[in-house]
Amino acid sequence: MKFTVQINASPYQYQASDTAYHFICEAIKKGHEIYRVFFYHDGIYNASIRAIPPEDERNVVKRWSNLATQHKVDLVICISAAQRRGLLCDEELKKSGINDPDCAEGFRVSGLGQLVEGVMESDRFLVFG
Amino acid sequence: MSKQLMFVMRRPPYGSIHAQEMLDIIMVSAAFDQDVSLVFLDDGVYQLKNNQNPEASQLKNTAPIFQALELYDVKRLYVEAESLKERGMRESDLMLDVRVLPRQEIVELLNGGEMFFNG
Repeated sequence: MKFTVQINASPYQYQASDTAYHFICEAIKKGHEIYRVFFYHDGIYNASIRAIPPEDERNVVKRWSNLATQHKVDLVICISAAQRRGLLCDEELKKSGINDPDCAEGFRVSGLGQLVEGVMESDRFLVFG
Repeated sequence: MSKQLMFVMRRPPYGSIHAQEMLDIIMVSAAFDQDVSLVFLDDGVYQLKNNQNPEASQLKNTAPIFQALELYDVKRLYVEAESLKERGMRESDLMLDVRVLPRQEIVELLNGGEMFFNG
């Protein structure tokens, strides 16, 4: 089955992005396809490269980056949500849609059209947070 | 590929940015020619309250966006009668023409949906 996942909550303050992460890992293990993970509202903070949690805690951002590298999961940050919250800093990079220096590896910046397209292309759409 | 998208609006218009950012998704969905319905439940009915004045708190007024939805061909708006009543509101307190349905019919409506956005 093909899934698109939307994550709306910031990491650490809420468990929503943890739950989403574990769901995605299990879905992949069972042979399902994760078409796209779209980060919206405060969920965009899941991409913040400047997050440095204590070493004895899970590193949410790094965990997403590893997932993107290992399983080629498409992680998309909503540009309007991110701009509003100050996650992006380079105008030219924003325009080109490639990785922004504020975003960790494996994340890309794009618009809400990517969310709607994901919903259109997927069998199931799950919202966390 | 067109899908039937249901936006279940349960939060008040202010107090969090959820309603405002949800409207962005609604407009993009409509621009993608999706079949869009909006269902207002619980505190979500406040989103349609007339005579809002959020500018007094330096917040963006979402009312004009709701009023513009018709231009995007978003015409199916449903409000749960019980949610209105529990909040001392009537249909005449709403800024738009909507269909007010009793809870049981809202349940049937939601059962017929394909993809859901909650906010």
